[in-house]
Amino acid sequence: MKFFQSIGAKTIGKLTAIGRATYMLMGALLALPRLKNIPLTIKQVHVVGVQSLLIIIVSGLFIGMVMALQGYTILVDYGAEGSLGPMVALSLLRELGPVVTALLFAGRAGSALTAEIGLMKATEQISSLEMMAVDPLRRIVAPRFWAGIISMPMLALIFSAVGILGGHLVGVDWLGVDVGSYWSIMQSTVEWGEDVVNGIIKSLVFALVVTWIAIFKGYDSIPTSEGISKATTETVVYSSLAVLGLDFVLTALMFGIE
Amino acid sequence: MSLLALLVSLIIQGSINKIAMDHLVEIDNLTFRRADRVIYDGITLSIPKGKITAVMGPSGIGKTTLLRLIGGQLTPDEGDIQFDGDSIVAMSRKELYRARRRMSMLFQSGALFTDMTVFDNVAFPLREHTKLSEDLIATTVALKLQAVGLRGAAQLMPSELSGGMARRAALARAIALDPDLIMYDEPFAGQDPISMGVLVKLIRGLNDALNLTSVVVTHDVTEVLTIADYIYILADKRVIGEGTAQQIRESDSELVQQFLKGKADGPVPFHYPAPDIENTFFGGDK
Amino acid sequence: MNKYKSEVLVGMFVVLTIAAVMLLALKVANQSVGGDGDTYTLYAKFDNIGGLKARSSVKVGGVNVGRVTSITLDQEDFTPVVELSILKSYDGFPETSSVSILTSGLLGEQYVGFQPGFSFDGVANLKDGDYLQDTKSALVLEDLIGQFLFSRGSDEE
Repeated sequence: MKFFQSIGAKTIGKLTAIGRATYMLMGALLALPRLKNIPLTIKQVHVVGVQSLLIIIVSGLFIGMVMALQGYTILVDYGAEGSLGPMVALSLLRELGPVVTALLFAGRAGSALTAEIGLMKATEQISSLEMMAVDPLRRIVAPRFWAGIISMPMLALIFSAVGILGGHLVGVDWLGVDVGSYWSIMQSTVEWGEDVVNGIIKSLVFALVVTWIAIFKGYDSIPTSEGISKATTETVVYSSLAVLGLDFVLTALMFGIE
Repeated sequence: MSLLALLVSLIIQGSINKIAMDHLVEIDNLTFRRADRVIYDGITLSIPKGKITAVMGPSGIGKTTLLRLIGGQLTPDEGDIQFDGDSIVAMSRKELYRARRRMSMLFQSGALFTDMTVFDNVAFPLREHTKLSEDLIATTVALKLQAVGLRGAAQLMPSELSGGMARRAALARAIALDPDLIMYDEPFAGQDPISMGVLVKLIRGLNDALNLTSVVVTHDVTEVLTIADYIYILADKRVIGEGTAQQIRESDSELVQQFLKGKADGPVPFHYPAPDIENTFFGGDK
Repeated sequence: MNKYKSEVLVGMFVVLTIAAVMLLALKVANQSVGGDGDTYTLYAKFDNIGGLKARSSVKVGGVNVGRVTSITLDQEDFTPVVELSILKSYDGFPETSSVSILTSGLLGEQYVGFQPGFSFDGVANLKDGDYLQDTKSALVLEDLIGQFLFSRGSDEE
């Protein structure tokens, strides 16, 4: 009996949390058409986007370089090192760009969002907004939410571009793959509509999910130091799992079914 | 203070136009539960207009909860709360937000927005709710900051302020929109004697100068007895005493006397309620 | 001052993103052959399409002229039907043209090789929706080996 009760209680708890999260999301989404919010959103793009730029560029560069190195050693056995370009570009655009960006974003910006909003709650700033007749969903949640959705696809594109340049650096400049074949075979293989746009769509979905989780965890956290630290951890864990799970689903939908 | 006089005349004009009512807030037979725990069990109290009303009581009985109920952030399980004749409980979200523009609350921590300067903090409600030009906002903010003695600290960040200064800055923000009602949540908690004196002076001064209605929630007996016009003492989910400072001092209620004198045990029990104490210790006398 | 700085940085962020998109658009990706106005459709029936896939390219002498849009099975005679969309700019192939499924390199992708036929009087050009009559199926390695062994066996006798 206790067993069933605990399952029931957990299910109800999770469902009400999803309900609250949806309610919050709706509130934030409906808050878009306010001109006043645009400067606030730009400020948040600075916080979540620009400040994540360094880690994104450095990671992208190294991942591109590693991919070129690994790919070369495999492809050279088949005499197909000319396909290094498409291999690096496709992996980055379809998978690594959106996924690694989302994971880094969850760790860098998502956790910061959770902690910031959680602390605002703990220091009564959110209550205080409500008492000033200012909707915290509009003032606090919406700008951060939109900033996340705008920033992440941008970061993912930069990640992929830097990664391809990193692959060029190792593949062409160091390992001696022909410059012409690196770019031309890449260009004949990679499709703008299929590969790049699908990567952007993936990235948008991840942005929605990661930002949503991060903001909700902060907004719904228990306003104590323990509660906030738990919420921050949960943000990173839940976002990472959600990103990887969704990536499989999206990949199957986009590339898996002919 | 001459600047304040200007404001006073403006506000008095505004208030005189209203129908004179004795009470700004009326709480009627209010019951509030948090999960299974009853916080308030049918309390009735009213906040007279233009006066400082203190709500006192031991820690942990939900005095802050009372302020949140008045502000409409929490909904009571039973009973009604009226703000200037309109029921807070029955209000739609929109009406509630409109009513909240006429009240403000000074939170225990000050709750200043940590990402903006003191100036921007005070300007915040003005920018949100009015269409004043930046020039006019700057003047208004300077006036409000002058009133709390922090005009010189306008460009500091909240993290650079001491606790007392933060609370004064928050007070300036709370009066920015010239509210009718201002609620103080534990304004004296954790303050050194000087800041405490400053706050007492400010609460009294602002109340009289701006013709505010103030509600002070606190457990600091001495300060409150000096400034409050009317006092409610809450304990054990109910109102256990009310009256002016004089009446409270002379009250023959044991409960009230226990609270004023700070006795450890008495009608408000030393022990947290435990089931069947007789059974536990004496093996069941019943 | 602070606001100004963040706006500048966000501006740089946007410029950087545009640069990344330009790189991806111009150097990395090819614009897909698509859009209804730009292409016309031809059909070809094969006995065996081997490893041909939708989006495989259609080439004339190595020049890309279109793409495979879909591969379906004809429900009546159970042969695969390949739908080819050919760029409008490569118009006027004669009806005698043939298509075959070829492989680029030893391990490469399969593509549709398009051989324009001879045009002489009485031969119309291919129009939208026409079927190509002359098709050569993909080479299947197992069949090749089987034929080879069979012919070896008959030689020795």
